[in-house]
Amino acid sequence: MERAEGEAGNFKITLLKKPRYIKEDMCTGCGTCMEYCPVQYPDPFNQEISQNKAVHIYFAQAIPLISYIDESCLYLKEKKCRICEAVCQNNAVDLEQQPERVEINVGAVLLSPGYEPFNPAIKGDYGYGKYANVVTSLDFERLLCATGPYEGEILRASDQKHPHKLAWIQCVGSRRVTPGDNSYCSAVCCTYTQKQVILTKDHDADAECTIFHNDIRSYGKDFEPYYQRTADLPGIRFIRSYTTVVREIPETKNLVVRYATADEGVKEDEFDMVVLSVGLNPPADAEALAERFGINLNSHGFCQGDPFNLMETSKPGIFVSGAFQGPMDIPESVFSASGAGAQCGQFLDYRRGKLTTERVYPEEKDVSAEEPRIGVFVCHCGANIGRIVDVPSTVEYALTLPHVVYAQEQLFSCATNSAQEITDMVKEKNLNRVVVAACSPRTLEPLFRDTLREAGINQYFYEMANIREHDSWVHAKEPEEATRKAKDIIRMAVARCALLEPLQEIDLPVNKAALVVGAGIGGMTCALSIANQGHEVHLVEKDRDLGGMARRIYTTLEGMDVQAFLKDLIRQVYEHPLIHVYTDAIIREATGYIGNFITRITSDRGETEIKHGATVIAIGADEYKPTEYLYGEDERVMTHLELEGRIAKEDEKVLNSQCLVMIQCVGCRNEDRNYCSRVCCSQAVKNALKLKDINPDMDIYILFRDMRTYGLREDYYREASNKDVKFIRWEPEDKPKIAAVTSEGKPVLRVTVTDPILGEELVIDADVVSLAAAIIPPQDNEDIAQFFKVSLGPDRFFKEAHVKLRPVEFSAEGVYLCGTAHYPKHISETINQAYGAAGRALTLLSNEIVTASGSVCEVDEHKCMGCGACIDACTYGAIEFRNTKQGKKAVVNPVICKGDGLCNAKCPTGAIRLKHFTDEEIVCQIDAAILEEETPAQFHMAVGDV
Amino acid sequence: MCSGRIDLEFILRAFFNGQDGVFIVGCRLNECNYVTHGNYHALNVALLGKRILEYIGLNPERLNIQFMSAGDGILFAEHMNAFDSKVKELGPLGLGEGIDREELKYKIKDIERLIPYIKIAKREKLGGRLTKNEDYEGLFTKDEVEELFRDVPSYYIDPEKCQACMMCFRRCPAGAIVGGKNRIHVIDQDKCIKCGTCLEVCPPRFSAVTKLAGEPVPPPIPEEKRVIARKGKKE
Repeated sequence: MERAEGEAGNFKITLLKKPRYIKEDMCTGCGTCMEYCPVQYPDPFNQEISQNKAVHIYFAQAIPLISYIDESCLYLKEKKCRICEAVCQNNAVDLEQQPERVEINVGAVLLSPGYEPFNPAIKGDYGYGKYANVVTSLDFERLLCATGPYEGEILRASDQKHPHKLAWIQCVGSRRVTPGDNSYCSAVCCTYTQKQVILTKDHDADAECTIFHNDIRSYGKDFEPYYQRTADLPGIRFIRSYTTVVREIPETKNLVVRYATADEGVKEDEFDMVVLSVGLNPPADAEALAERFGINLNSHGFCQGDPFNLMETSKPGIFVSGAFQGPMDIPESVFSASGAGAQCGQFLDYRRGKLTTERVYPEEKDVSAEEPRIGVFVCHCGANIGRIVDVPSTVEYALTLPHVVYAQEQLFSCATNSAQEITDMVKEKNLNRVVVAACSPRTLEPLFRDTLREAGINQYFYEMANIREHDSWVHAKEPEEATRKAKDIIRMAVARCALLEPLQEIDLPVNKAALVVGAGIGGMTCALSIANQGHEVHLVEKDRDLGGMARRIYTTLEGMDVQAFLKDLIRQVYEHPLIHVYTDAIIREATGYIGNFITRITSDRGETEIKHGATVIAIGADEYKPTEYLYGEDERVMTHLELEGRIAKEDEKVLNSQCLVMIQCVGCRNEDRNYCSRVCCSQAVKNALKLKDINPDMDIYILFRDMRTYGLREDYYREASNKDVKFIRWEPEDKPKIAAVTSEGKPVLRVTVTDPILGEELVIDADVVSLAAAIIPPQDNEDIAQFFKVSLGPDRFFKEAHVKLRPVEFSAEGVYLCGTAHYPKHISETINQAYGAAGRALTLLSNEIVTASGSVCEVDEHKCMGCGACIDACTYGAIEFRNTKQGKKAVVNPVICKGDGLCNAKCPTGAIRLKHFTDEEIVCQIDAAILEEETPAQFHMAVGDV
Repeated sequence: MCSGRIDLEFILRAFFNGQDGVFIVGCRLNECNYVTHGNYHALNVALLGKRILEYIGLNPERLNIQFMSAGDGILFAEHMNAFDSKVKELGPLGLGEGIDREELKYKIKDIERLIPYIKIAKREKLGGRLTKNEDYEGLFTKDEVEELFRDVPSYYIDPEKCQACMMCFRRCPAGAIVGGKNRIHVIDQDKCIKCGTCLEVCPPRFSAVTKLAGEPVPPPIPEEKRVIARKGKKE
């Protein structure tokens, strides 16, 4: 990116496109060039641990999956070689390509530059760069990976042997104020380390793994049980200690680590490998990027976002998502990505759809009365298939198969001209079904289905025979067998193809309105974003007033005024002409499916039936009412939220306390609620700082288990510590105790806790005790889950479709999730997710129709015995009973069905069938797998008619 | 389509066709990208399949199930190679076990006919989710499968009681009931899938259908005796 000019709504961006030296539209990613390239150089994707070629594909999942030429190329350096040019059969290599300047006009900009891993080599931390067997966590990540430098084997650089005894050192580059390090917490390292330990144990069950750590910050959803799972593995030690790598043993290249523990003093231990859990730095070019776009960075070098809305930069029209906001895990990155997308959408809504053109396909030919006429196209994939498999003989063979009326070979079936050739041949030879024998359907099936549509044939009349991944690639040394196998695969594909049925995808109209359940900060933010993009929103709230839990929060850790923000948000909601607010609302019934829901509610407006296309669940969470530590018995014991309220109301009793004790982890991180409430550590620090501001002489103790002020919140933890707030750690088996006693004639709350550093019991006489009461799942979650056919997780919070990849949607389509109903989170995180949910809802609502796959299940009612096995098997709630004269019969809602076919496998009578993967279609493939002549004669004769 | 789509029929069909081994691969357990977790269903089917092979007299190791991701190429090759050597060691289907091939085919076909019955009888276990590797072997036991096939029920319509009301005739999901208006219904035992629908729907005032276990089904009454003469309608 060279330049950005203009302003919100009309930016002119100048990009310098570096030459790839490969013509993108010609390269098919076949890999022949890579094979012949003579240059080996350290592979950047694999952390330079292994070698790669000068021409290569960056990594196996790269998009587009085509190669590029690196500056290590002999031609680029010395004008020699040009082998790749000679071997490329598609003439895709262009060594004369020049950098290209591209100007683009855009209305909004979304910055997602990610982060830069902390580099311990700069200061030589822990001997990294000096000792061969000290690696970073990212190096180790590649070692673990099947596509990594040693194909998934963990090997030491010094001797290529498997390490058996490994150490991880946490917080490398993070949580330190020394120059060159970062003062913040990198937020992801505790859990990624646990993942690496689990994977290491998968590789080598006897591996001994030691993790040297500070606080364990398992604050994310499902993280606490994950931590326990790691800690419970045999041969795992979690040691809370600072460490140094003191030396390398010259003979073995093993490493000696020195560490200190509270009970055993300074110790040394020898390891085969040391992994440094490095943190997250701002992106390397953050400053230049900020300067070009004219946005501000914060003191750490991350993007300075709006404190409530971290996706908004200091410049209108420029948004930010992902770790450029600050260190964050994948789900948060995904929320913010969807959310920033929604904000771009909001910003540019007036132009939505102006540049789209509709694709028009020729009318589909009705071939139902015709005999199958199959065309088979066998792809050489350059040399990928053709060099191993004898392609011409497979073409010849294909012509002998039943229903095959045409067969040919193609150099690259996926090339544009080849697809055109298929379309032409379908017309010329009057084909009604097509088999392409090439690669995995995963990449190219959509392309070939499209090719069929272009030829006026139903797209489900297509079958792919994978003779590359399943054949030529794995049998490179056995060309004859590979050819035979290719014929088998083609025969099976042809057999199935002859039975395929034309299927229609279902187009459903989309109701353009949304229902948002819950009007806290999450629900309101989401509702506003949807409404601002021109959609009607029905916002239902069970309370009389809007605002939810935020009504009890006065400031954020960063010092923002929550009440003022909330007041403004409520005003915007009420003023918005497209938002209909229902308070005192109860949902009575919810039916329907994606694009077409009907929800009946009673509210202050009486009874209402709401029709909507999308649903957002934002019902928040509740505060745990403690039963421990004298809560409810002694009015001097309160929760952090109550304390916050009393500070805001300037309660003298609180403000004039001489001593205040906070106890963390009350009601969670225990057997009943095995999760961390995520926000309480920051909440404690926030209240402590506020109290210290008002009354610097107050003694404040925070009794904690792990301080989880993750990310940039770490600075406030440090500030509190510097302001003499005392942090004392306790172990779950030795909880703090509390008693109301009289000391020197004054009633006090006597708190006793074991100080792990001093190793002795500490007695604190407090005037006020504040408890970090857990955030617990909302009371109505079960009902809401049932109404909208969504599920709850083991912790009873709502369960998203995928914890990392789809964190704002449910597996039930058209239903989205945000805020603390998903899991406890901070206000800025809720806002990220609320915009995220709006963004996902908008991708649905902005369409006129939603298309459901044709490959779904259907029931032959006559065969259905009403046993309900299919209903039990379906995890999507797509099957229901309906009463008929002949009893209960299962009926599939094709819109909800995902086509997994579990029901088909469970149905005793064969009444339910998964279209496109029917029993007949699969069985015929199984039958075709065996060649007639291969079946022993006696076997064939055995059963006459079967 | 998910690996949970794998039907017992597919496995038996392959062995019926004379394949020496069947290898099933599903996604890694607990890593479902949806909410389906159908690979557990595939596991259950495979575990049942192994016991059935044993019942037939085939080596259960001819059926193998593994779980891996698309990135686990090396693991896949390892498992495939190991399975390949295993199958080679076991020898051609039937020959290795000393079963006559003709007999084997009949045996498999017999079991194939019972798939509906098996699915009904083992419905719960087939849809369950095993969490521990140690539980795999115990999900279906040898005794259990033997019992399953020993206790195969048959349904029989007592011609004395049948009033040709057409209830079972209409409701039979397999179309196994022969009969019509005023014609005593008879179950075609070859078509019957043992689902018990006829027993369930036969009006209690007739109670013409009985479930037989372990005893032979009486022969069907001759065609000519099937007409019911209604009162007042005598010819």
